Amino acid sequence: MSVTSGVSADDKAEQDKAAPPPRNRGSSLRKGEGKLGLYLITPTIVLLAVVIGYPVVKAIVMSFQKDPGLDKATGMFVSGGNAGFSNYTHWILQRCGTVSCPPGTLGAEFWDSVGTTFFFTATTVVIEVILGMWMALVMNRAFRGRGLLRASVLVPWAIPTAITAKLWYFIFAYDGIANRVLHTHILWTGDQWASRFAIIIADVWKTTPFIALLILAGLQVIPADTYEAAVVDGANAWQRFTQVTLPLVRPALMVAILFRVLDALRIYDLPAILTGGGGGTGHATTTLSILVVEQIRGGFNSAAALSTLTFLLIFLVAFIFVRFLGAHVVQTQQRQQKGTI
Amino acid sequence: MIRRIRGFSVAMASLGAGVLLIAMAGCSGGGGDDSASQNTTSRGPITYVQGKDNNNVIRPLIAQWNASHPKEQVTFKEQSDQADQQHDDLVQHFQAKDPHYDVVDVDVVWTAEFAAKGWLQPLTGDFALDTSKLLPATVKTGTYNGVLYAAPQSSDGGLLYYRKDLVPNPPKTWDEMLQDCSIAKSHNMGCYAGQYAKYEGLTVNTAEAINTAGGEIVKSDGRTPDVDTPAAAKGLTMLVDAYKNGDIPQQAITYQEEQGRQAFEAGQLLFMRNWPYVYSLATTDASSKVKTSMAIAPLPGLTATTPGASSLGGHNAAISKYSAHKATALDFVKFLESEDTQNTFATKASLAPVIASLYDDPTLIQKLPYLPTLKTSILNAVPRPVTPFYPAVTQAIEENAYAAIKGDKTVDQALKDMQAAITAAGS
Repeated sequence: MSVTSGVSADDKAEQDKAAPPPRNRGSSLRKGEGKLGLYLITPTIVLLAVVIGYPVVKAIVMSFQKDPGLDKATGMFVSGGNAGFSNYTHWILQRCGTVSCPPGTLGAEFWDSVGTTFFFTATTVVIEVILGMWMALVMNRAFRGRGLLRASVLVPWAIPTAITAKLWYFIFAYDGIANRVLHTHILWTGDQWASRFAIIIADVWKTTPFIALLILAGLQVIPADTYEAAVVDGANAWQRFTQVTLPLVRPALMVAILFRVLDALRIYDLPAILTGGGGGTGHATTTLSILVVEQIRGGFNSAAALSTLTFLLIFLVAFIFVRFLGAHVVQTQQRQQKGTI
Repeated sequence: MIRRIRGFSVAMASLGAGVLLIAMAGCSGGGGDDSASQNTTSRGPITYVQGKDNNNVIRPLIAQWNASHPKEQVTFKEQSDQADQQHDDLVQHFQAKDPHYDVVDVDVVWTAEFAAKGWLQPLTGDFALDTSKLLPATVKTGTYNGVLYAAPQSSDGGLLYYRKDLVPNPPKTWDEMLQDCSIAKSHNMGCYAGQYAKYEGLTVNTAEAINTAGGEIVKSDGRTPDVDTPAAAKGLTMLVDAYKNGDIPQQAITYQEEQGRQAFEAGQLLFMRNWPYVYSLATTDASSKVKTSMAIAPLPGLTATTPGASSLGGHNAAISKYSAHKATALDFVKFLESEDTQNTFATKASLAPVIASLYDDPTLIQKLPYLPTLKTSILNAVPRPVTPFYPAVTQAIEENAYAAIKGDKTVDQALKDMQAAITAAGS
């Protein structure tokens, strides 16, 4: 189906090229058209600048201001003044004033939470992609009750994360279902690794359906005749998967992975509710976003520096994905519409 | 096409500059002001701000006030039931110098922060309150740098819940309690638990242990940490050792108030440290197995003569410095402090009063049987550190006490780190 539509789209493009558009507007009119276009998009640009540009810029400006300090004589807070890069060195070099941040300060937790965040991202995305691929392949087959299966797979994704987190909180309680069923006495929210795995399990349960659906959408545009041709050529099931399915589903897969990676890097609600960022020596499940929220109560400007760092980190990862791994969100959609994939 | 792109980039550049300007403008402002001396005699309608009124006690009280003050009506602004959200809501309105947040209800641990930010009207001079009838520890929670900034409104203290069917005489000291743990063992149940999950409750429990052993977390100025001392080490060691040898069951490291209560009600705990709210639940809950076999006592102390030092909960009422009608606000605060209002709080919402004499009122005791024990608890209570850097201080305590109890750190190292982290918080 998609092959035929692709052909027709190409035909149309050729026709457009062959026959010059019947335009009899002069160049001055085209100039006016350009201005009109500018006026038309200006409201959108203004809106984007206000809702996206302003917070980002404001956070950066704030991050170079010192948090209010206490005037020892009066016991009152006084405004901190220009901070230079001290808010950034506070996090990156873990400097608290003139000493290195002692355990029990948020500054000492920065690199730990960077590690935790990336660990969560890597493990959850890998597991979710493998399981999601498997689920998508199952859902892509024609069998009785397929619609029901597709709908029911979506249930975990449809439940709000806060509720998911609370459900798993009860499951992982010491007297909860997990310990009863497994006949264990694991402190799921207290142990360093148990608490991390509790988060990973809950996150995989919740978001695998999302990945599965994105992959399923990619699978459905693969024409059936490519498989027929592969069968005729004598390819076995594994070869069909690696030689036909994987290359053709790759653009959709990359977009799914990009979405999930960016989502996982800013994870907040699940660990915040499930473990409160605790476990291990006290911050085994503290992610960058949890750290930002904790810091907001201790000083806005330092928190602004931390959010800027988090923003840069996530931006960098997204950039690497788009630039080097070929996750072209917009192009993929356009090409899908044109039917060239 | 090129022209179009150029026009676009010019538009983007000017927009960017505009955004920068807005950002800069947002940063200016602030600085000193003399709002403390303004509107001090002004009267008129005011707003009272408080977290969710779960027991519908504040609305009838305000209605009662409004009936007798037709020209000084009080409007009730109800916040959410989440402490963090209440805190952030107050901060935002103070930063905006909102003249309509006149009287605000602040958690005892936020009072110092708000006072140091200069948001609260000092209760001195014309605003002075008579605190002679109040429990001294509650007054301390509203005092910062020697000045009273907030009027104690409700209090709360820790109690020792125990099983009177198994332990006829409640232990008076920590050591006595641990000796009774053999009884727990023979009944195949946990011995003692408080709140040791990593959250505010751990600060409460750690502070109680340290204060009971004669240590302190910060000096009386509220800023200088003093936790790296032998007395504090003794206090923290009590918890650490009890957890290590199983007197505090392993799972208690995940306990907040509710998990402890459920374990106690299920008959799995011999002793429990918890707040007074558990009393009515444990005696009336259908699922409670200890309805008739539980009793309460003051927290165990170091010696039999002094009970343990509870941490203090509760709320204070403060007047915003930006209020437009401070004379009315002061009258309303006095109304909240009055014996009648305190009585209503206690009977209708089980809020612990701040007036000492109410704890000896026979009709109140009949309604709230834990009051005499709670009085002992609050009389011996030590407020949590009164510091403007409370979020950082409680983080320092939680993180290091948690590591010590779990055995990831020695007590000495934990206290040294706690001391350093509290110092860093104030710099």
